[in-house]
Amino acid sequence: MAKSIDVKDLDIYYGDFLAVQGVNVHIKARSVTAFIGPSGCGKSTVLRSLNRMHEVIPGARVEGKVVVDGQSLYGAGVDPVAVRRQIGMVFQRPNPFPTMSIYENVLAGNRLNARKLKKPEADTIVEKSLRGANLWNEVKDRLAKPGMGLSGGQQQRLCIARAIAVEPEVLLMDEPCSALDPISTAAVEDLIHELKSDYTIVIVTHNMQQAARVSDDTGFFNLKAVGEPGHLVEFNPTTKVFSNPDESATEAYISGRFG
Amino acid sequence: MSTMVDPGPEAPEAPPVEAKPPTRLGDLLFSKVSLVSGLIVILFLAGVGTFLLIQGLPALDASGEATYGEPDIWKFVGMLLYGTIYASLIAIVIVTPLAVGLALVISHYAPKALAKPVGYLVDLLAAVPSVVFGLWGLEVLAPKLLPAYKWLNEHFSWIPLFDGSVNSRSLLTASIVLALMALPIVTALLREIFAQTPRAHEEAALALGATRWEMIRLAVFPYARSGMVAAILLGLGRALGETMAVAMVLSATGTGYLTLSIISAENPNTIAAFIANNYANASGDKINTMIFAGLALFLLTFVVNFAGRWIATRGQNKG
Ligand SMILES: Nc1ncnc2c1ncn2[C@@H]1O[C@H](COP(=O)(O)OP(=O)(O)O)[C@@H](O)[C@H]1O
Ligand SMILES: [Mg+2]
Repeated sequence: MAKSIDVKDLDIYYGDFLAVQGVNVHIKARSVTAFIGPSGCGKSTVLRSLNRMHEVIPGARVEGKVVVDGQSLYGAGVDPVAVRRQIGMVFQRPNPFPTMSIYENVLAGNRLNARKLKKPEADTIVEKSLRGANLWNEVKDRLAKPGMGLSGGQQQRLCIARAIAVEPEVLLMDEPCSALDPISTAAVEDLIHELKSDYTIVIVTHNMQQAARVSDDTGFFNLKAVGEPGHLVEFNPTTKVFSNPDESATEAYISGRFG
Repeated sequence: MSTMVDPGPEAPEAPPVEAKPPTRLGDLLFSKVSLVSGLIVILFLAGVGTFLLIQGLPALDASGEATYGEPDIWKFVGMLLYGTIYASLIAIVIVTPLAVGLALVISHYAPKALAKPVGYLVDLLAAVPSVVFGLWGLEVLAPKLLPAYKWLNEHFSWIPLFDGSVNSRSLLTASIVLALMALPIVTALLREIFAQTPRAHEEAALALGATRWEMIRLAVFPYARSGMVAAILLGLGRALGETMAVAMVLSATGTGYLTLSIISAENPNTIAAFIANNYANASGDKINTMIFAGLALFLLTFVVNFAGRWIATRGQNKG
């Protein structure tokens, strides 16, 4: 079920503002790909264009191609709603639905498109997803309680459970640990390691140690210059990026000389 | 960095430290003006309440002529309260789906270029004078509705709502006009509430593959629930006290009929319309009766508005 992603000559706009230019990248199936770079260089923008979440912002659009296992995401007749069902997303701030219980939060995606779930089927999905998100043991006795009652790290894992409950092919994560404490961060990082065997994962992080810890490949984004669009400076296996990068700009960023 | 150690060249320009923080004239003036206006409002409200009580309470033992043919004041005011609440509730039933739909179009569906003018248009509706609504209801709307009423009466007269002898100036006509008059305020409130839905919840729904309508059900409505109730209650408050339009449109004499039918000639009457239609010819005891009815309306509107505000603030605290 995990799929690879090919991005070709992708330009991403907010209205007339060209935010990111000329991205070419191949993201392998069943691997973790990290996007790093200084803030404002377009990491989130690129990530959101991979499941067509970019265009929910008024005026936002892309040019170029995103191909998931041979199928073009931006082709004519492709329904963005269907794309987002296949490519799940976890956001920077945990965003469980505030009025829903833990149980209902997990099932929110499964209940969409007027799908009816039988109780045993629903129970199975909830348990499987919460186990998958390493949250089952902590919440199994209070599934009917509101999701907002959990700690930040638990909420974020609940959001991950919600995203994997619909069995997507790809999981996109935008700085999923930036609002979490170190212990919750470790829990989410462990989870990413485990999810890798089933999912293609793309993660944006501002934390370079995290990129080094969890990812197989790393893309370094940067602005071409002040006032210019962001672009992908380098894309290589993570070990190479952190030990012997091709570009001096990458080297400078990683060794903390800027950004 | 430390300002204590290094006074620097600009030190002499620093203002001398005073024990008392400076009070600015503008702030002082503003706080006094707000205090005085607040007091005026409270005094005014208390004044109206006292007036209604002093002038209305003597009506407690009115009967016969003074209660317009009703046996006692309670029956009199009860009949009118029934009509007032009934007409307003029907208006709310009509206005709620309209306002929710319009507010969603403005806040979530229409592109900005369209949403703005639609919003202004709805706001403009609030500027139409009550008398104009009444005239329009009487001259334009009522005749147009008559065929529909006849049809309803023909096929559904077994439902009490559509029983009786059909008349275009019925309670339903009045309620439709009331609904249109409440539409701008309810829509404006709902639109603000819907627009405040946290982006994070909306994106959570969209990222799961929700269609726009599913996103609204998943993220917007749960968030807006208490605000929606409050908006509708405030709209109800508006409909309850509306006078001119009902007085002009509704065909009702005296305290009206105690009926469920909304398309017939025999209608209940509302407090505001009753007072408007009868006050000019009233004298003596009848004035007290009418002021008592006014007191009842005042209390009812107060309670409804208060409930609306209470629910609105309670919802805000919850998040
Ligand atoms: N909703 C938006 N509307 C307009 N411009 C935006 C929006 N979101 C981001 N941008 C711009 O796009 C550029 C890239 O932003 P972003 O992708 O959020 O960067 P990063 O995630 O790397 O910090 C920035 O210049 C930012 O100002
Ligand atoms: Mg970002």
